[in-house]
Amino acid sequence: MSDTNAHGQPGEPARGDDLMADLAAAGEPGAGTGRAEGPHAPHRVIGTPAPAEARTMLADEPEGRAAPRELPADPEDPVRAKRAERVVAALFVLAMLAGLGFIAAYVIFQVHTVNNTLHSNLALGITMGIAFLALGAGATIWVRHLMPQIEVSEERHPLASTPEARAAFAETFEEGAEASQFVKRPLIRRTLIAATVPVVVAPIVLLRDLGPLPEKSLDHTVWKKGTRLVVYGTNRPLTPADFNTPGSSLSVIPEGYAENDDALAKAATTLIKFRPGQLQAPTVMNWTVNDIVAYSKICTHLGCPAALYEQTTHHILCPCHQSTFDAARGATVLFGPATRPLPQLPLTTNAQGFLVAQSDYREPVGPSFWERS
Amino acid sequence: MSTNRALEGVGTFLDDRLHGARGIRVFLRKVFPDHWTFLLGEIALYSFIILLLTGTFLTLFFQPSMSTVVYHGSYTNLDGVSMSRAYDSTLNISFDVRGGLLMRQIHHWAADLFMAAIMAHMIRIFFTGAYRKPREVNWLIGIILFTLGLLEGLFGYSLPDDLLSGAGLRILEGVLQSIPIVGTYLAYFLFGGPFPGTDIVPRMYMLHVLLIPGLILALVTAHLFIMVFQKHTQMPGKGRTNTNVVGQPMYPYFMAKTGAFFFFTFGILALAGAFAQINPIWLYGPYNAVAMSAGSQPDFYMGMLEGALRVFPAWQWVVFGHTFAFNVFIPALLPLGALFTGAAFWPFIEQWVTGDKLEHHINDRPRNAPTRTAIGIAVITFYGVLWAEGANDILANHFDISLYLTTEIARIAWIVGPIFAYIITKRICLGLQRKDVHLLEHGVETGIIRQLPNGEFIEETRPVDEEARAILESRPHYQGLPEATGSDEEVPAPGMRGAIGKARERLYHVITESVPLPTNGHADGHGNGHAIEGNGHSVEGNGHAEPAPAAVPSGPGQSGNASDDEPPASDQL
Repeated sequence: MSDTNAHGQPGEPARGDDLMADLAAAGEPGAGTGRAEGPHAPHRVIGTPAPAEARTMLADEPEGRAAPRELPADPEDPVRAKRAERVVAALFVLAMLAGLGFIAAYVIFQVHTVNNTLHSNLALGITMGIAFLALGAGATIWVRHLMPQIEVSEERHPLASTPEARAAFAETFEEGAEASQFVKRPLIRRTLIAATVPVVVAPIVLLRDLGPLPEKSLDHTVWKKGTRLVVYGTNRPLTPADFNTPGSSLSVIPEGYAENDDALAKAATTLIKFRPGQLQAPTVMNWTVNDIVAYSKICTHLGCPAALYEQTTHHILCPCHQSTFDAARGATVLFGPATRPLPQLPLTTNAQGFLVAQSDYREPVGPSFWERS
Repeated sequence: MSTNRALEGVGTFLDDRLHGARGIRVFLRKVFPDHWTFLLGEIALYSFIILLLTGTFLTLFFQPSMSTVVYHGSYTNLDGVSMSRAYDSTLNISFDVRGGLLMRQIHHWAADLFMAAIMAHMIRIFFTGAYRKPREVNWLIGIILFTLGLLEGLFGYSLPDDLLSGAGLRILEGVLQSIPIVGTYLAYFLFGGPFPGTDIVPRMYMLHVLLIPGLILALVTAHLFIMVFQKHTQMPGKGRTNTNVVGQPMYPYFMAKTGAFFFFTFGILALAGAFAQINPIWLYGPYNAVAMSAGSQPDFYMGMLEGALRVFPAWQWVVFGHTFAFNVFIPALLPLGALFTGAAFWPFIEQWVTGDKLEHHINDRPRNAPTRTAIGIAVITFYGVLWAEGANDILANHFDISLYLTTEIARIAWIVGPIFAYIITKRICLGLQRKDVHLLEHGVETGIIRQLPNGEFIEETRPVDEEARAILESRPHYQGLPEATGSDEEVPAPGMRGAIGKARERLYHVITESVPLPTNGHADGHGNGHAIEGNGHSVEGNGHAEPAPAAVPSGPGQSGNASDDEPPASDQL
């Protein structure tokens, strides 16, 4: 019992040192002679016996040499150990078979359809999972049932260096500083500092071309006077007669921009048809056509498409953070974190009777930003 | 013996050149204490390794490009749809590469497990006080790792350019825009112009596969080196002191156990990848700016940010032609920012308040640091309310309550909840301490009822065994505040003067509040009347006036701990 070092002196070599030698010794016949308890002692805890006990045991050992550790020379119960060995081996064989099964599954199961992919994924995942779990289980049983259960104690030393070491460090550091004359020669010191400033700033400048400046681009969308509204998905232009079921809503985009994500990210618009008399202030009536009103689909909170429309209540709900707008009253905010109504797109019809924009939105669409007034 | 000779030959070759014998031997017998909570950090580590392995596989097939292609692959539901190359190649990984779907799903599950394990690990470190000196540096590294993990995850699940993650990027753009003065510039620089542009996926790809994993790897390495160098903390127990570390050696025990644990982690993730579908991007469809589906949810570790954005009221100022979007940048930056900043400063705040500059290698039982535990639970409650609010639409739908009601509840609960959590937790901790003290004083109930000659029935108890006693008696040791020196007790010590000193003293009493241990069990006596244990009456509220067992000296004369004017608590009742 050489490792009860709770009371060890700092200068002493850590007692755990001889563990490996002891483990080796434990395997040799006779290595365990003189131990206090027989080999049947269950879960012998080494390392933390009471000091008195430890002393007794130390007294048995020859002076000057680390004592062999009290490890059972053989497992306490050879039958159980044999059984554990077989279980571990069986698990490793299972892992091997599962590993081979994984390779087989890779060859056998093809993909390229949803069903095939499902089967391939199951076969590969199950074999892989079994292989790893069997390996882990085998290793765990090996450690817990075959390796002698020992517990050792290692001494901690204060992390702080000794005062002498610190003094020596300070001296070396000061010597070096003195030799460099960094303190003595302010001219060099200051010019060096001045030289490093641009070196640090330059890489930041280098990032300037990551993107253009926003300028006024956030204030506008691609809608302009006369742009036709087309149905998102089919790109079909609309007449008020095409869209005459009260309570229905449609996603529309400006004609010609169906493939332009940058434009649609701001220009996406919701078209809603009301019954006569339902639309109320602050909806701008001059911007509606036959009780059809158009609001920006881009939520004024964080820009998600405010995509959910509830016919009975006329609520527009943004699925991201649940800002709720009253479509019958100028899309004013009813609930949620949005601060501003959804901007209304001025509508009219052109000579052919199609719905068109009177102009761009009269205010920036989408989330608030610093330059927005 | 030829194997032995071959090993010896390799060893000699290496040692002749690298001089490793001594150092590596020390490492081989390094002692690792055992406790199930010590595995949490390992789960995080192994999830990260699994992320590196599966992620490397995915990079072989993924194309980080936003140029448009028309899909004609195996997933016929999307045939003819135009989409980005990133989305197209993710579909190919899922349906045309054998094992590709499995690797994708393991990768995604491993990312969730990584973040969950980091959270659990941090919670364990906090509640056991394992962040205390000398481990503050590793605590800070951990917080940085958590932050990097959040970013890594966000960029990772946004790479496929599907409808769901695209909405997440749109929110990121909105958050960036809301930041005063520099917001729109930041957004334009990140996206290379207006949203969505064509730069964001390649840029996120570089950040996701190179820069952030590199930083995480470097910090994980530092984290582990520091842990090995400082040695692991240990749970209290018999024979475990602040100057030793008790456990099993690295070789072969810990090596085999941790290896097994890696395989368990990988095995579980493989089964998750086989059976539990995650992020089925083919169901979401490619990103476009016009569409959005209900019930959109980010990965769980983003839920708190999402909830904060949902719960915050619609406040905004327009001043001098500029917009302060408080409704966005405060919830986006403040709750998580305050959490991380508070966590980073906490070890130093605790040190300052308690005046404690000692090294701590024995973990606290959470009940034995009631104030710290209460603060921890309060923070978890705060986080939890916002996290649940991040899924309030799902909750409202599932439990059939009004959507707006869930938000109204969360608006109250994120402030009131932590306060209640603090008070309740502290009471529970003190109650558990009282139970421990009761065990120490009266022993363990044996269930044996005996009748005394006078007819009285008593239950026999036996004293707690030494192992249990060591655990029950382990208490955090505070160095104590600077005290007034000399005879003039009226003049406070330096550092304890003025309003700040007063506040510090008051906080000291809050932080160190505990039920005193039975006096015979607590021999490291603070001899003077200032000892915080002397203030027992503030917490020792219940009137167990039954006679103390003979083993417990209850007279003031026998108690080395109580000063003359401060009788033990039990006598005051």
